[in-house]
Amino acid sequence: MIRRLIRITALLVLVAALAAWVAAGANRGWTKTSVPVQRTDEVTGLTVDDYQKRFVPGVDFLVAAVLGAGVLAASSFLFRKPQPQPSN
Amino acid sequence: MKLLSRYLLGAGLLVNLTVLAAPLNFDFKDPKGVNNATFKLDAPLEAISGNATGISGTVAFDPQAPAATTGKIVVATSSLRVGNPIQQEHMLGAQWLDAAKYPEISFTARELKNVKTSGDTTTAEVVGTFSLKGISKTLTVPVKLTYLKDKLGQRVPDLKGDLLVIRANFSIKRSDFGIMPGQAEEKVAETIELTLSIAGAAPR
Repeated sequence: MIRRLIRITALLVLVAALAAWVAAGANRGWTKTSVPVQRTDEVTGLTVDDYQKRFVPGVDFLVAAVLGAGVLAASSFLFRKPQPQPSN
Repeated sequence: MKLLSRYLLGAGLLVNLTVLAAPLNFDFKDPKGVNNATFKLDAPLEAISGNATGISGTVAFDPQAPAATTGKIVVATSSLRVGNPIQQEHMLGAQWLDAAKYPEISFTARELKNVKTSGDTTTAEVVGTFSLKGISKTLTVPVKLTYLKDKLGQRVPDLKGDLLVIRANFSIKRSDFGIMPGQAEEKVAETIELTLSIAGAAPR
């Protein structure tokens, strides 16, 4: 029972991380905690990227999620497999 | 009496001509926070790019003689910014830029070459000293200067004066400035592409 619960949790972690990555724009670069937002000065015509705080998961986030889920799933083997009841 | 009046008239003209010929001093500390320098380095997964907005300095510019332009622009090293927090920490750390020990990156313009002026816009090659991580080297950088007469009031209400917009694109090699020379080249490119987009104000 516990083995199955742990494995389901590992799968949920994996799916949730993948969903979060896709929802945030499927960034194939590194994870970012701030993103550039362009602003233009009308008088001079100059543009500047203002950095705004936003979490954008990258491929390193996905790798960490896969590793985490893998460790979690592997840990399920630490628990005993239920023994079949001897039949009379 | 006649001689005295001629002398005073001559002296007055001389003072006026001196005032007219004096270059305008543009201050590049920008209250709007638009002045910026961007940087970009190729890397395997994605290019490392960011900007710096901690810009200051002054430039002496004479609209009648743009070729005589001189000045110094300073970028606060600690204002360099990238989106990834680990890259940010490494970039400002002792191995890369060592912002604590070298708090400023600067360019001091000594002379302009190949000056071409059309209307309010001047293009040229500026020769000057670029200083980064304690190492100074002479660079020649293509630059575009745009003189915006009487435009300061549109940007900063209650102030009268002129604006000078400077744009420049150039590249440097990190090994020339002691930034991890010969190391981590498979992770971070040797060439750093730089773009300067700044405006200075000369209030009257």
